[in-house]
Amino acid sequence: MTPGNEDRIKHLLKQSISPTSIQPRAVLQRDLWTAMRHRLDEGSATVPWFDWALLAAVAVCLVLFPRAIPVLLYHL
Amino acid sequence: MPALERQLDVLQRFCHGDVDAFEALFRQHQGEVYRWILRIVRDSAIAEDLTVETFWRIHRAHARFDPTRSFEAWARRIATNAALDHLKSAPQESELPDDLPQSTLPDPGISQELRQKTAYAFGRLPPKLRIAATLALIEEQPYKEIAEALGISTQAVKLRVFRAVRLLRKYLRQQGIEP
Repeated sequence: MTPGNEDRIKHLLKQSISPTSIQPRAVLQRDLWTAMRHRLDEGSATVPWFDWALLAAVAVCLVLFPRAIPVLLYHL
Repeated sequence: MPALERQLDVLQRFCHGDVDAFEALFRQHQGEVYRWILRIVRDSAIAEDLTVETFWRIHRAHARFDPTRSFEAWARRIATNAALDHLKSAPQESELPDDLPQSTLPDPGISQELRQKTAYAFGRLPPKLRIAATLALIEEQPYKEIAEALGISTQAVKLRVFRAVRLLRKYLRQQGIEP
């Protein structure tokens, strides 16, 4: 592919899809901190999947080996 | 405290999980991160959502940040990944977004139909190629900056742009256009 061909494609692209710098909303119109704060609060409330997996594993162990309950309570 | 020292202090506090430092960095960089994402996704509402997603990822990765390195470059890399994830999960574009204006200096030699077909063909490109082509050919960002944001070499960016152009020509030919 020659540089001339690439230039033609580039020109065609720029005619079809204009750069964002000329878009009316190229600049952020509002402060997103409120949305970010909301996301942080949501995130801190959720329990990671690994914790749920660990809890499930412990529950299965306790069902299969009930004698382990006093040992677990001792270590808590 | 001089500005440089103050900035380093904010970055160090951010590394230790200080929310106030994170808020300061968010307010300082949200506009630039938004503009970078907008260049890739080309939709202001999606760009806003992805800006929040980017900073959420930044917040989760705070302990991995090296305060002696550039926060802007790190944020841009994470923003690019968030935008790429969005492009991969979003259905391929069949038409231009409503809020995307046409070129300010339209070429009379290029018909509206040709513009639409080009935009459609461009939307069909694989996301990794589309990002490289968007940033290099439409937004005219420096190759070095694109390479840093994508986490690849400058040569690899050039290769992606080359492949994008070649594929675009193929898609246009399929629509009966000889570019």
